[in-house]
Amino acid sequence: MTPSQTTAEIAVIPENINTVQFKTRIRPYLIIAPALLVTIGILIPFAMSIFYSLTNFDFRRRDYDFVGLRNWIGMFTSDVFWHALWVTIRYAFFSTGFALLFGLGVAMLLTSIDNAFSRILRVALVFPLMVAPVISTLIWNLMLNNSVGIVERFLNLFGIFGFPWHASHGTAMMTAVMIDVWVNTPFVIVLIMAGLQSLPKSPFESAKIDGGSAWFNFRKLTLPILKPYIYVALLFRLMASLQEFGIIFALTSGGPGNTLMNLSLSAHQRGFRFFEVGISLTYILFLWVVIFILAKQIVKRWQIAQRTATGRMADGSEG
Amino acid sequence: MSTSKKRLGSIVRHGLLGIWAIFALFPLIWMLIMTFKSEADVMTTTFIFTPTLDNYRQVLLQSDYLRFFTDSVITSVGAVLISVLLGVPAAYALARYKFKYKEGLAFQILSFRFAPELLVVLPLFMIYQRMGLHDTYLGLIWVYQLISMPLIIWVVRGYFEDISVEIEHAAQVDGYNWWQVFMKTLVPLIKPGLVSSALLAFIFVWNSFTFPLMLSGFNVSPVTVAAMRFLASHTVQYGQMAVAATISALPAVVFALLIQKHLVRGLSFGAVKG
Repeated sequence: MTPSQTTAEIAVIPENINTVQFKTRIRPYLIIAPALLVTIGILIPFAMSIFYSLTNFDFRRRDYDFVGLRNWIGMFTSDVFWHALWVTIRYAFFSTGFALLFGLGVAMLLTSIDNAFSRILRVALVFPLMVAPVISTLIWNLMLNNSVGIVERFLNLFGIFGFPWHASHGTAMMTAVMIDVWVNTPFVIVLIMAGLQSLPKSPFESAKIDGGSAWFNFRKLTLPILKPYIYVALLFRLMASLQEFGIIFALTSGGPGNTLMNLSLSAHQRGFRFFEVGISLTYILFLWVVIFILAKQIVKRWQIAQRTATGRMADGSEG
Repeated sequence: MSTSKKRLGSIVRHGLLGIWAIFALFPLIWMLIMTFKSEADVMTTTFIFTPTLDNYRQVLLQSDYLRFFTDSVITSVGAVLISVLLGVPAAYALARYKFKYKEGLAFQILSFRFAPELLVVLPLFMIYQRMGLHDTYLGLIWVYQLISMPLIIWVVRGYFEDISVEIEHAAQVDGYNWWQVFMKTLVPLIKPGLVSSALLAFIFVWNSFTFPLMLSGFNVSPVTVAAMRFLASHTVQYGQMAVAATISALPAVVFALLIQKHLVRGLSFGAVKG
């Protein structure tokens, strides 16, 4: 038995060439099969969810009728859906945007300084990412608490009392985004740091001699090589923030009122509080389609950026 | 002139980094401090107090916390073990063999990670109730495969791809059979990648919330879900809450320290080879 179609294997002429060929051809599938079965077994629900989104299935009643596209039409004509979509877009935009911005900034700061301070921070700044987001939200909840929270005491020094944070319509989104950014910026930092460490030295040295400005260096030399890393960060962050559930659920369960009801929370509410599984699944399927399309686009751009970057790196090392 | 400018730049950079460090690390430090405060001191938000281990005693000895912790350990370890056993051979096949639909299959496995968890959870909730898997270890371990399997397959695949085929050939020439080649020459080479992706998978599974929230109940309660229920049902003892949070965060933070060098590669599913 050889692991791949090697020359050694081909050189041995088997008695029955067809069975051997069949065996080697089928082997990779056999090796992957267990892993796929375990994961695809879980994917049966996916097919079911498409089916149930066309029914009026309800947890309370065990029978259901086929209702065609009624759930879908109902969703697109309901204010609840459009509100949830708007919340989803804003949440994803701000939390992804700020995480990328801060991640890029902090990573560049970390690589620009080389002393004990930055070396310790390189390790320590990853910690927030390792705490369960739900637990982190609980910690923030305690810190922002108006009676025992330390942030309140800190703001009191500046004459601000009882800042509402997640309790008010106007500041709830900001608070949730802040926690999301706190949890996820380390992910971006780690990625961008890897990118910065892969930068070739020589083009920077020649740019220094040419007297290029810092901004020029960043835009023309650093950014093109960082681009693939930024796309990976964007891909992971955007996909996750579009479907964020844990942080918002732990913070306010979508409140106050419906301020933070994004598509995930609306679907959860429909399914587990109102038991309208059919409608709930329409929300989630819609979200899945959006995520799928966006992911394809970003992956495409990432691949292009990666090709450009490796081209530049090769130029850099030659020159 | 130029040196003082440089000096100023360095101070600004240190300052900005310091501000971020406070924002990122203060909540964790504060949580740690809270764990040592008595219930009376918690309300005062001062940093000067007589430390006590009462909270730890309460949480570890007089509550169900250790049971929740054990549930988390059993489900997380179980999920990662299964993913390693089934995922490593799959990763090998995806790295070494040329076959039809290879990239399609690999991408399919990756896409499990990006599918909204709720999409799976709702129908699975019904299936699990009918199959008796709801609120069981097996049920959670199974659904966790969606988190751990793609991670392990994609990261380990990258490590296999880095190994030259020549090494395998050499081992074959030495008379090793396929299994021996795999265990004796390949596994040692991918070990760092395997260990780091397994630990990262453990962290992700350990921290997951959506799956256990809906697919488990009172029999099996991982710490994430238990902490939420704790907060909802009790008159909140902030110190004990902090202890629960600290202990639940501990394994992940320790593991993260162990796999630092491989963190980028794991976090990006092999897309970035740090």
